Amino acid sequence: MKQTTPSQDLLAGIWKENPVLIQVLGLCPTLAVTNTVANSLAMGIATFAVLCCSSVLVSLSRKVIPNEVRISAFMLIIATFVTVADMCLEALVPTIHKALGAFIALIVVNCIILGRAEAFAFKRPVGRALLDACGNGIGFMVTLLIMGSVREVLGSGTFLGFSLFGPGFEPWVIFVLPPGGFLTLGFLLLFVSWREQRAALRAAGADAGAAARRVA
Amino acid sequence: MGNLIWIFISAMVVNNFTLSMFLGICPFLGVSSRIETALRMGVANIFVLTLTSLCAWFLNTYILAAVPFLRLISFIVVIASLVQITEMAIKKLSPTLFRQLGIYLPLITTNCAVLGLAIFQTNREYGLLQGLFFALGAGLGLTLALVLMASIREKTELSTVPAVCKGTALTLLIAASLSLAFGGFAGLGSQS
Repeated sequence: MKQTTPSQDLLAGIWKENPVLIQVLGLCPTLAVTNTVANSLAMGIATFAVLCCSSVLVSLSRKVIPNEVRISAFMLIIATFVTVADMCLEALVPTIHKALGAFIALIVVNCIILGRAEAFAFKRPVGRALLDACGNGIGFMVTLLIMGSVREVLGSGTFLGFSLFGPGFEPWVIFVLPPGGFLTLGFLLLFVSWREQRAALRAAGADAGAAARRVA
Repeated sequence: MGNLIWIFISAMVVNNFTLSMFLGICPFLGVSSRIETALRMGVANIFVLTLTSLCAWFLNTYILAAVPFLRLISFIVVIASLVQITEMAIKKLSPTLFRQLGIYLPLITTNCAVLGLAIFQTNREYGLLQGLFFALGAGLGLTLALVLMASIREKTELSTVPAVCKGTALTLLIAASLSLAFGGFAGLGSQS
């Protein structure tokens, strides 16, 4: 097991190992509910809460759960917290609950949560598991918000329901429709891999420069 | 009867599970690099979806009416055991097929299309027969999307692609155009 510091545990999930942009996990909710900023925010918060709670509980019970049935145990723990989140959202924000529909229940099969339980929380103490869950939850939420902002601003010309461009703006309806989800995420991933490629090129350039100086 | 056919067509093309409702994206991106694998994955999914629909109907009718808050938990347990049973049955009946499906078989458990189907079926209050048609349509739609995607991706392997687009980004952009094409079915049969 790799040794990490607490701040690494927290920060890794936000950018370097971002669950959506780098690990490409949890794409269903990322694509399905990000047609408005409000929906993205609600989905992000709900997933964040479920992820933190289930990571803590998995970590607490890691000595009790036998290795053979761990996946089923994780699923049960996650399903319980999703049921709680579902009921909370229904009571607090009924309109958003209705807009998200079945996708709240589908947090159960969000691979990020099961992935963190299996890869991290089941092997680490509670505090670290919570930090890791927070990092990944924030990373997921930020990605959802980026997607939601792009899609709502371009697709309906609004942000959180407020009109941005005035009546002359012709909205790009495609961005709030399903193809827009694929398109936005595709370009986002394109941007990430372009950055990675540039960083790799720069590192290679620096190496070559150093080598040239040594030769000189 | 017209209603049943409409449910079938709607689940298959108009509201295609993968391309318009974003369910089952993981296998759609993960298993779609070759047509043959995509087809097998699709068939395994049709099988599990149909069984799930049956079980969800049974649970909803006879058990969950009394304890609705246990719906999610019981669905996920039923799906997990169904996949496990399917896996054991295939292993016993046809070891060749079992080897070909490999890791993708257990992964059906975390395929959101399966849980999604059970939940949509509950929300729309489908009966047994309606549920079965819904599951068949959804499964065929999933297979259709997988095979279409795989056939495009086999072509892209032979063409020159800028290095920065390689991998998931390209697949997602292809998916966007596929989804756009399926958008053409929107509104079909909206009168009925």
